[in-house]
Amino acid sequence: MGKRVGMEVSIAAAEVVGLCDVDVIAAYPITPQTHIVEHLSELVADGHLDAEFVPVESEHSAMSTCVGAAAAGARTFTSTSSQGYALMAEICYIASSLRLPIVMAVANRALSAPISIWNDHADMMMARDTGWIQTVAENGQEVVDLLLHAYRVAEDPRVLLPVMVNLDGFILSHMIEPIYMPDKEEVQRYLPPYKPALRLDPRNPMTFGPVGMPEVYTEAKKAQDEAMKGALPVIVEAWKEFEKHFGRAYHPVETYKTDGAEILLLTMGSVSETAMTAVDKMRAEGKKVGLVHLRLWRPFPAKELVEALQGAKAIVVVDRAMAFSTQSGPVCVEVKAALFDHGISTYVQNFVAGLGGRDVTVEDFEMMVAKTSDGLAKGLPMTYEIVNVRE
Amino acid sequence: MAKETGIVRWKDLALGCTLMEPGTAAELKTGDWRSMRPVTNRELCIKCGQCYIFCPDMVYSRTAEGYYEANYYYCKGCGICARECPKDAIQMVQEEK
Ligand code: SF4
Ligand code: SF4
Repeated sequence: MGKRVGMEVSIAAAEVVGLCDVDVIAAYPITPQTHIVEHLSELVADGHLDAEFVPVESEHSAMSTCVGAAAAGARTFTSTSSQGYALMAEICYIASSLRLPIVMAVANRALSAPISIWNDHADMMMARDTGWIQTVAENGQEVVDLLLHAYRVAEDPRVLLPVMVNLDGFILSHMIEPIYMPDKEEVQRYLPPYKPALRLDPRNPMTFGPVGMPEVYTEAKKAQDEAMKGALPVIVEAWKEFEKHFGRAYHPVETYKTDGAEILLLTMGSVSETAMTAVDKMRAEGKKVGLVHLRLWRPFPAKELVEALQGAKAIVVVDRAMAFSTQSGPVCVEVKAALFDHGISTYVQNFVAGLGGRDVTVEDFEMMVAKTSDGLAKGLPMTYEIVNVRE
Repeated sequence: MAKETGIVRWKDLALGCTLMEPGTAAELKTGDWRSMRPVTNRELCIKCGQCYIFCPDMVYSRTAEGYYEANYYYCKGCGICARECPKDAIQMVQEEK
């Protein structure tokens, strides 16, 4: 039996990765991810974890190490943040294109400049088109649960794609929270041993990552895209299985007090918990407000999202990164596209909030809802704005 | 993958576009991106084999008479052979459509 512990979320993330029987961990420390790999190095150094710990000289090498190790058939892990992610991005494309089930935790942090070590979702959005599955945690328990789920999904023979588990930097990574930490048997019951579909082996040589002439590249991308589409039902299945084992339920799109809601907030990550408090407050005041929480960012659960959003009079999409598209933040662009594809033209107001560690408060959500209902009533054009920016 | 790279449906591609057989660089038709091809003038050629040695793609093979012949399936037209030939026996000529 596992046990309930009070633990810093980064340490808990490292502990659960340790329980997953990882073979190779590549680590380059970057704020605010540092504690995750630091604790893994302790686990290896103290003999609690029988894994190869590779202290690399950059994040580019961290992902390269994971790619090499995964290609050789190892279960791998690494973790990063922000600029570190930017540096490893080149290899992230290779990991997904080679269909290597690497798992990575990203302690989300703003991208420079100006230099910011604080939280927003710029790195997660940068990773949007790399072909990685991306899940988003709301609290410490979910970080642990999603990491376990990540290995199960990534290594499923029907998927074979790398998975990124996003957790808000500092806000989650450095919090001490009550966490149910499973024990080794529980983990093993849920996560079967990794059997690579293909692996580099001198006795059975093959070439990974060859040149793709114009005749083959399109087909290769199509195959990858189909894998991503096919991952969605497997992700859901793995969550159902998770619920059977651990009693906690996860869904690509989750809702809070949406019954009869006229205005729906849509958020991702730890800010959803603040949004719930705001919904509670506004509901107590008789306002018909609810929350839709996006748990899965890639593959994008468009159908599930539209089901959760339809019926609302207005949608308030809260982005925590810039897209500089002059239209919407990155999440809102996808939400609008999903609605359009389903023939729904709900009023959508987009707010970019919490950039570079700026607090997003209950009052902020109340303000967003108030502005949106005002815009809806007056028929103001749908637009986006940055919350609390000083004029 | 198909013997001739790329002429294959997406469903038939190996996982991650892997080449499953050893030595399968043989399937990579590097000749596809050539714009100039080397042509040997046998009047000038002294059969020294420099072109064979220097070609990065192992394109040349020795004929029965001792000349060296390029295999255009692999020759990418880099021009190294023409540059290295001590007798200027190799000319790079424009490919035609
Ligand atoms: S042009 Fe280059 S590839 Fe072609 S035969 Fe000469 S050296 Fe070899
Ligand atoms: S390098 Fe020139 S001279 Fe020597 S074998 Fe080749 S073509 Fe003939």
